[in-house]
Amino acid sequence: MNRDAPLILGIETSCDETGVGIVRGTTLLANTIASSMDEHARYGGIVPEVAARAHLEALGPTIRAALAEASVTLDELDAVAVTSGPGLAGALMVGVGAAKALALSLDVPIYAVNHLVGHVGADLLDTTAPLETPTVALLVSGGHTSLLLVRDLVSDVELLGETIDDAAGEAFDKVARLLGLRYPGGPEIDRAAIGGDPRAIRFPRGLTQPKDLVAHRYDFSFSGLKTAVARWVEQREAAGEPVPLADVAASFREAVVDVLVSKAVAACTDLGVPRLLLGGGVVANARLREVAVERADAAGIALRIPPRSLCTDNGAMIAALGAQLMMAGHPPSTVDFGADSTLPATEIQMAASVA
Amino acid sequence: MLLAIDTSTGTSVAVVDRDRATGELRCLAETGTDDTMRHAEVIGGFIRDALAASGIDRRELSGVAAGMGPGPFTGLRVGIAAAHAFALGIDRPFVPVVSHDAIALSRYTAGDDGPLQVVTDARRREFAVSEYDGLDADGLPVRVDGPVLVPRDEVPASRGIRFDATVVSAGAIGMLAELAFAAGRLPLAADAPIYLRAPDVTPSVGKKVLR
Ligand SMILES: [Zn+2]
Repeated sequence: MNRDAPLILGIETSCDETGVGIVRGTTLLANTIASSMDEHARYGGIVPEVAARAHLEALGPTIRAALAEASVTLDELDAVAVTSGPGLAGALMVGVGAAKALALSLDVPIYAVNHLVGHVGADLLDTTAPLETPTVALLVSGGHTSLLLVRDLVSDVELLGETIDDAAGEAFDKVARLLGLRYPGGPEIDRAAIGGDPRAIRFPRGLTQPKDLVAHRYDFSFSGLKTAVARWVEQREAAGEPVPLADVAASFREAVVDVLVSKAVAACTDLGVPRLLLGGGVVANARLREVAVERADAAGIALRIPPRSLCTDNGAMIAALGAQLMMAGHPPSTVDFGADSTLPATEIQMAASVA
Repeated sequence: MLLAIDTSTGTSVAVVDRDRATGELRCLAETGTDDTMRHAEVIGGFIRDALAASGIDRRELSGVAAGMGPGPFTGLRVGIAAAHAFALGIDRPFVPVVSHDAIALSRYTAGDDGPLQVVTDARRREFAVSEYDGLDADGLPVRVDGPVLVPRDEVPASRGIRFDATVVSAGAIGMLAELAFAAGRLPLAADAPIYLRAPDVTPSVGKKVLR
């Protein structure tokens, strides 16, 4: 077994992407993704049972495709890594069942790892600049919106805050729907916002009032924003006035981006950590990246954004985290772990065996 | 020699073998639980334990058989996913089997004969029902109807014995696969889970205000 640069296959099935990645240490060899997004588009959001069915169908072919892409064979693997949480329970279980059986069939160890910390691990791949810690990480997708303080990727991750209701990506989907746009909402809102004035409508920034900051300094809330957009549109319609789609879309997006970046930058400043890492599918949003670059620059914070293919949910980030655990000499997981849909970010690895 | 897995009810894992000279079927090891809530947790330990108890090396296996249901979806998928992955790992064929057929085989080899109605819980006040008419010349159960979903109080009267099953033996899954292989009758079933029910969805009621 190669402990300096182990060959790891990572399986990710926490949401609607079936991801299989292969890494050798910090070198990315394959990042194969099958998405059931098109099926969910019919329903206007992710349907857990549809996602789980799609994972079962896609997993075998996706593993084969990843092996071909990496030009490695299964018997070369040093370990298997799998997302054991957080995520959709039924979806996670498909990956967990497959990963355990694959590891046993190859007689290699298994690492059951945390999806959120995996997003941070993605930043280690294919880069010449090593990930410096401590760093603040802002992870934003349709399934989660979390702010982490990562002191050490494999041993010390703290949850600073998270959404108390909808995930940011979910807010994009819901607002897109009420504006008559399609799913997924992020790219649709982006398109609709072209030419719009982000300051045209001052939509609320959730949990930013002084009274909220006491208990929720680094937490997020997007359900009030969604309601505010709905109400604003209804009032316009009731008054018989046209709804300025571009302005609504741009102003809504600005409210989301503003609160995400403000809280992340505040965390860096408060904690004296001059590093911020972005991860998650919503990072594909150009306006989020733009505002993050601007404000990080202004605050003297070094900003890192992995390439888009490593920001969205993928198996390579899970393999990368597994490789880090193995390289740091952490014992593998026992085969007795389950899927934990609410696995806290502090739990980097599940069911580590006693060394 | 086959590894067999079924998670259509609880979790069951077995290693079975068929003696090529005598045709005798043997279950070398079988392990499992009727717990219907912990498939993902227990599947790995049972595979490991069944292999260890059988005393064989995983490379001696000639395939992996799996019960494709019917059964509650979340658990059912765990076994199928595991069986697929194990087959991929040892580079041997995956052999899908209808889980009700394994229940029928268990009953017939235990001494029942004639018409047999197999009934399992499908949740939501429904049963999954299959009808059988004994074993054929190859020793495989003859399924004449099903599996289908039926409201619990509308199960048709059995033409013979009604058997309400709460467990499916992976040993029987493996034996069916061995019998079918010996008789040149694979595949026995399609490589698709037997859900018998469309996914539960709440279609979006998109409010089209602007387009
Ligand atoms: Zn994610």
